[in-house]
Formats: sequence, structure tokens, C-alpha cells
Amino acid sequence: MIDDGFRLMPEQASTLAPSVDLLYYFLLSVSTFFTVLIAVLIVYFSIKYRRGNQQVDRSKGEDHSLWLEVLWMVVPLLISMAIFAWGASLYYSEYRPPDDAIEIRGVGKQWMWKFQHPSGQREINDLHVPLGYPVKLTLISEDVIHSFFVPAFRTKRDVVPGRYTNCWFEATRTGTFHLFCAEYCGTNHSRMIGRVIVMEPAEYERWLANSNMQESPLAAGKRLYEEFRCVTCHRPEGATGRCPPLEGLFGRDVKLVDGTTVPADETYLRESILRPAAKVVAGFEPLMPSYEGQISEEQLIYLITYIKSLAKP
Amino acid sequence: MTAALDRPTSVSPESVSLPKRHYLNSGYTVRSWLFTTDHKRIALLYLVSITAFFVLGGIAATLVRLDLMTPQADLVRSETYNKLFTAHGVIMIFFFLVPSIPAVMGNFLVPLMLGARDLAFPRLNLLSWYVYMVGGVFTLYALLAGGVDTGWTFYAPYSSTYSNTYVMATAVGIFITGFSSILTGLNFIVTIHKMRAPGQVWFRLPLFIWSIYATSIIMVLGTPVLAITLVLVGLERLLGLGIFDPRLGGDPILFQHLFWFYSHPAVYIMILPSMGVVSEIIPCFCRKRPFGYEFIGFSSFAIAAFSFLVWGHHLFVSGQSIYAGLVFSMLSYLVAIPSAVKVFNWTATLHKGSISFDTPMLYALGFVGLFTMGGLTGLFVAALAVDVHVHDTYFIVAHFHYIMVGGAVMGYLGAIHFWWPKMTGRLYPEGWARLSAILIFVGFNLTFFPQYILGYLGMPRRYHIYPPEFQVLNVMSSAGASILGVGYLFPLTYLIWSLFYGKVASANPWRAAGLEWQTPSPPPTENFARTPVVRHEAYDYPAIDNQQVEEGLR
Repeated sequence: MIDDGFRLMPEQASTLAPSVDLLYYFLLSVSTFFTVLIAVLIVYFSIKYRRGNQQVDRSKGEDHSLWLEVLWMVVPLLISMAIFAWGASLYYSEYRPPDDAIEIRGVGKQWMWKFQHPSGQREINDLHVPLGYPVKLTLISEDVIHSFFVPAFRTKRDVVPGRYTNCWFEATRTGTFHLFCAEYCGTNHSRMIGRVIVMEPAEYERWLANSNMQESPLAAGKRLYEEFRCVTCHRPEGATGRCPPLEGLFGRDVKLVDGTTVPADETYLRESILRPAAKVVAGFEPLMPSYEGQISEEQLIYLITYIKSLAKP
Repeated sequence: MTAALDRPTSVSPESVSLPKRHYLNSGYTVRSWLFTTDHKRIALLYLVSITAFFVLGGIAATLVRLDLMTPQADLVRSETYNKLFTAHGVIMIFFFLVPSIPAVMGNFLVPLMLGARDLAFPRLNLLSWYVYMVGGVFTLYALLAGGVDTGWTFYAPYSSTYSNTYVMATAVGIFITGFSSILTGLNFIVTIHKMRAPGQVWFRLPLFIWSIYATSIIMVLGTPVLAITLVLVGLERLLGLGIFDPRLGGDPILFQHLFWFYSHPAVYIMILPSMGVVSEIIPCFCRKRPFGYEFIGFSSFAIAAFSFLVWGHHLFVSGQSIYAGLVFSMLSYLVAIPSAVKVFNWTATLHKGSISFDTPMLYALGFVGLFTMGGLTGLFVAALAVDVHVHDTYFIVAHFHYIMVGGAVMGYLGAIHFWWPKMTGRLYPEGWARLSAILIFVGFNLTFFPQYILGYLGMPRRYHIYPPEFQVLNVMSSAGASILGVGYLFPLTYLIWSLFYGKVASANPWRAAGLEWQTPSPPPTENFARTPVVRHEAYDYPAIDNQQVEEGLR
């Protein structure tokens, strides 16, 4: 919870937090052990072998020892490789969202956070999420690089203009938690803070129902698809021959005219809407006009949501 | 052994007088300083200019810490705060830490330690200083005229498209100064290869030379990448090419790759020379060969080599591929090994030594302690999942200040105190100097240790205002900073005092090994009356002490 006064550890409010803290405590013990070891040795040697002390045996003061030096290369190597493997496995799961996660879209801009829930509710600087459900965030920035950071969840992801980034979490405590922008983003960087509000699932449902209902991203996407005249070429009933069909496109690998292959993910779709000539599908002419400057990040998200829905007829 | 032999400073000072002719009095005119090609005088030019930059960077840091005493912005506005931390970072990194030991101590010591009359390219050396000053003045103008608010990292697209501050002028200044770094590195490499005294084979070189050599390699290979990166930012600002602008097909993450390809190795430009200094000081005040000379020497090269392979650990949360994260994390751990080797070797050098605690030794021991803590917290930062949490928080601020202030600055002050008698021919007041070393150690820890906790709690860096629960730790940090500041004012005062009133130093007040001590203090312009011939390893302290015992018995 926010405003808890002085403490030495942040709250644990996600499934990830205890496992990150465990690794943290392990690192803390390893580094305390070595710091104390070095400090004790320095103080002990300093006192025992101080110049004034003539009562001490200084003969055979070695200036090298191969086994000792190999030992203190191998031991740190083993310890650090263990830490690497531990940290890596956590990181791997941290950035691989589960398939059934609730997908919330977030847009960062100087200096605010804008979120939209799957059923259409929008909010600024607040993010309501249900307790005990995995939540996947798909994030993009309208201007500079920001970073989505919730200390109580031990999670952070840069929010980059021009590409979608993801992170996910599953909250384990209800309450209100800090949401910070962690990447320096200009004058009011330190004011770009929000709150993550974790609610009981039923309460979250109530909140969704009571908050200002908007058109859902899917519906908005369908509407935009017609407004931007995408429908002229990309017709749902089948390819006209002039343009690649969008049905079942999302998640597939696409063959390009230059012979390479790209996965049709969100970043690819976004690029193809803004710069259609950049990666042209094999067998097609670059006929499509660019929508650069005519479409906002939010509208892009709606369109892509709609195109994704075409993937599962 | 007699007590008189044990305490070098107790050799009666009346018996020593300054040499009649030395590099400092070989000309008094401004011209004789500004057009000098004497590496020792150039070192002093650097010393004066670098100290001025350190004071400026320190003032910016003081204002930042004062402002953070309260959670709300009570001292300056956000714009000003952002310019202050940027000025602090830019000045301290590019105009103090990177040139500090190489340009001041390296310039002074490399020829002396090699038994040479000067660096390989004396006029290039003078040019390096002018290039440094031109870049410095340019940047200073930018910082004072209007300031920059990008942070010293200049992340695009904020720096390339959005910031309305003096980004161009600052970048041009840093770009120019980079050439000074490249020229200095080049000069050192050639000098170390070609100008060693007869008999001074590689394995008889002082460890300071090994570390300066490794540093020079990074300077020559890494700095051009920074220069190119800044040129790209400049082109982007002026012409809108779209290299980093995603609206034009560019990639903002590309900037981070380019920037850290230089700036991670640059951390080792700052720390390797200090490691070299400590490897000189500890053996001298232990009267003992350094434990594992070869391991310390080669670990400098290992650090230099690995330093180029780990830049991606600054991008763990940037959205780079998970697998790139894994590779960079593993490589980062490899740098820890040679660093650990050095710490263990220094500690083992103390074993069965005959240890005295003069000021340089206090700084060296302080360095070992603080570098150990900075290095070990590097394990946290390289551990992927923990880094995700602490990335861009005060944990990082604490970590790199432990390395760059606790490490690099402690080493620099140790070096100044160790070689001050050689540079000026004067001794400083030992009591005040020891007090300052202790003050700096205590003040430093009080300033930066709370920031580790602050960071793990989640306080992001570069925050002008912050939630009130972080205030207690911030106040502790600011209080520590005031002790640290006072600690820094001490040497500034008594070192200047010593120039006029300090006791005259003998040629070798520490009875140290190393060719630089075999010429008068301060040395004559040509360094050595006759080219010395090296017949021993670099640190034969047992032989030095035995010889003095024999002379004492005679």
C-alpha cells in the first residue's frame, strides 16, 4: 500500500515478487559474506602485520600461489554462473506472458499513462486490475521512451515509440501501489506517476460495469477499418488479388518480396499500416498508401486488435 | 631494524633541500606553461583544469542533494533540476573521471616509470590538453548559457527530437574532448612499447603501466564509437534524418546499443587506472611484492577485453530479445572474475607485510573496501530478474557511485597523495590528510549506502519530486553528502598550502620501488641525468629494505 512509512523492503504484491526477493536475499548473503571476509582479512592483517609490531613472523611471505589464485578464480566463477542461471530463468518467465492473460493496452506520453481494458474502459494514470488473474500489458509510447515500473510487482518494461513491448504480472494483494515512469522522459518525468489498484475480481467486474463504458477496442477497430477504407481492398469475403488477405494472418510467418520471412506480429502490422512499402508480401505490388500521420497510436491499437480477430474466423 | 629506518617521513627533513633546477622553475612565464611540451607540466595543466571541473560537478551534485532533502521541489524547478543532474553527470564523467588518472597521473608518471625523457609524441600531448580544454569550454558554455536536460546518457529520441535545450553544443564539446582521450591513449601505447628503459621487459613493468596500457586500448577503440553516436544525434537534430526516430523508420534502441558500446567500457577507463594506483601503493606500504603480479597484470587486460562484450546489460528492460539478455548477462559475470582476482590479490599482499598507514595507504584500503561493495552489487545488476526491478532506480545510482566515486575517485586521491612529493617536491601535513581520507570514507558511505535501500524500495532515479516514504533515506544521503563535501575541501586546502609551506620532500620519501623515485623531487625537465638501467623486477621491496639495513649498519 502507498504511504506505509519507513521500511527496508518493498511490499510483495505479485506472484513474481517473492521469487525475485529470494534471489535478492541470496545475492545479499553472498555479497555480505565476501564483503565481511575481505573487511575482516584487511583489518586482521592490518593489525597483526602493522609496522610497529616486531613480534610477528614475516618470513616466507609468499608473493604468489598458483593453487590459491586458481581457487579464487574458480569459486567466484561457479557462484556467478549459479546466480546467472537463477536470474535468467526468472527473467525468462517474467517476459513470457501466459496465454490466458487479460490483455490491457497502455500508451505512455509526456507525461501520463493511458490504459484501456479489453471491454473498452479507459483510464489515465490509474490502472485497475483483478486479484489473482494474470494481466498482460501491451505498451507503446507516443513520443519518447518511458518505462512502466511497479515496485511492489518487481516488474518493469520500457515503453518505446514505434514498437510494442510486453510485460505481465499476477497481483497477489489488493490495494493501491505506485506506478512509476522509470526511464527519464523530460521535464515532468518525476510527475509521470500513477497507481495500480488491485481489486477482488468481483469488485473489478463491478468497477468495469460502472465506469465510463466506451466502445470496445474490437468494435472501434472494426469501425476504423471501414472509415479508413481498408475494407476497399482487404475485403473479408476474400482476396481481390491486389492485396494480401488478412484472415488468419496474425501470428503466421509472412514471405516477403525480397525472399525473407517475418512473423506477422503486432509490430509488423503496425509498420505495414504506417509504411506499407517497407515489407511487401511476396506476390504483391506496393500499392497501399501510407497512413503515417493520419492515425493515432490508440487507433493503431484498435485496428490491430480487429486484424487479430480476423486471425480466428 | 631500527625505528628510524621504519618511518621514512622521520628522516630529518633539514637534510633535504629542493634541487636547484627542476621542471617547475625551468620557466616562470605563462608562455613557458602554455607552450610546454614537458609531460610533467602538461600533467599539471590537466590537474588544474580537472580540479576546476571537479569543483563545478561537485557544486551541481550539492544542489541536487540539497533539493532532494524534501519530497516536494522546494529548491529549484523541474527544468533546473534536470539540467543540474545532467551537468553533474556530463562534467564528472567526460571532464573529470575519464581524463583524471590517465591525463594527470599517467602523463606525469608514464615516462618517469619507463625511465624515458618524455612521451613518444610530446607535441601531440600538448595538443591533447588543448583539445580537452576546447571541448570543455564548449560544453561549459552550453551548460551555463542554457543547460541541457537530457541526462549524460542523451537517450534518443528525447535528445534527438524532443529536448529544446543545448544538446548540440554539449554534444559537440564532448565530441571534441573525445579526441583528447584518443590522442592520449595513442601516445601511451606507443610510449610503453617503444620507450622503456634498457632491461625493462614487460614483466618488470609497474602494474600502473599495465593498467594504463589496458585503459589506453579502450580509449583508442571505444571513444570513436561515442563520437559517431554523437554525430548521429547531431545529424538527427539538424536534418531530421530519422536514424533514431521511429516515425521515419528509425530505431531509438539503436542509440542505446551505440552509446553503451562506448560507455560501458568507459567505466573501465575510469576504474582500471585506479586499480593500477592501488597496485603501486599497497606493495609500497606493505614493504612486499604484490601477491600474484602476473594475475593482477593480466586481469587488467581481461577486464579491457570483456568490457567490450557486455554493453547489452544496460538494455535488459528495453525490449531487446530475451536471448540477447541471457547472453549479455552471462558475459557480464565474466568481468566479475578478473575484478575479484584483483581484490583477493591486494588483500593477500597485506599478509605478512610490514604495514604502515600513511595517507595513500588509507585511500588504497578505502578503495579496496568500496570497490568490493560496488563490484559485488554489480552481481545484483547483472542478475536478470533482479536487474528488471532495480534498473533505473537509486540502486543503480548507488552501484555506479561506489565504483566511480568510491573506486575511481579514491584511487585518484590516493595517487595524488602518493606522488604529490614527487610532483611538487613538498610534503603535505600528514595528520590533516589522514583525517580527510577518513572523512571521505565515512561521508561517502553515508551518502550512497542508503541509496541501495532506496533503490530496492523502488525510488526511480532522476526524480525531482518523490513519494514521502522515501524521505528518511534521502535525508541520510544528503547529510552524508555534506560530510563528503567537507572531506573533499580538505585536500584542496592543505595541498595548496603545502606548495608554499610544506616540508621539502626527499627524492624518495616512501622508499618506494619504481624508476620515478630514482630522480630528484621534483624531477629535472629531462627526467633523468642518465638513462636508468633496470636490473630488477618492479617491486623488490625486500631488497630495498635489506640494502637500507646494510647502509645503516655501515
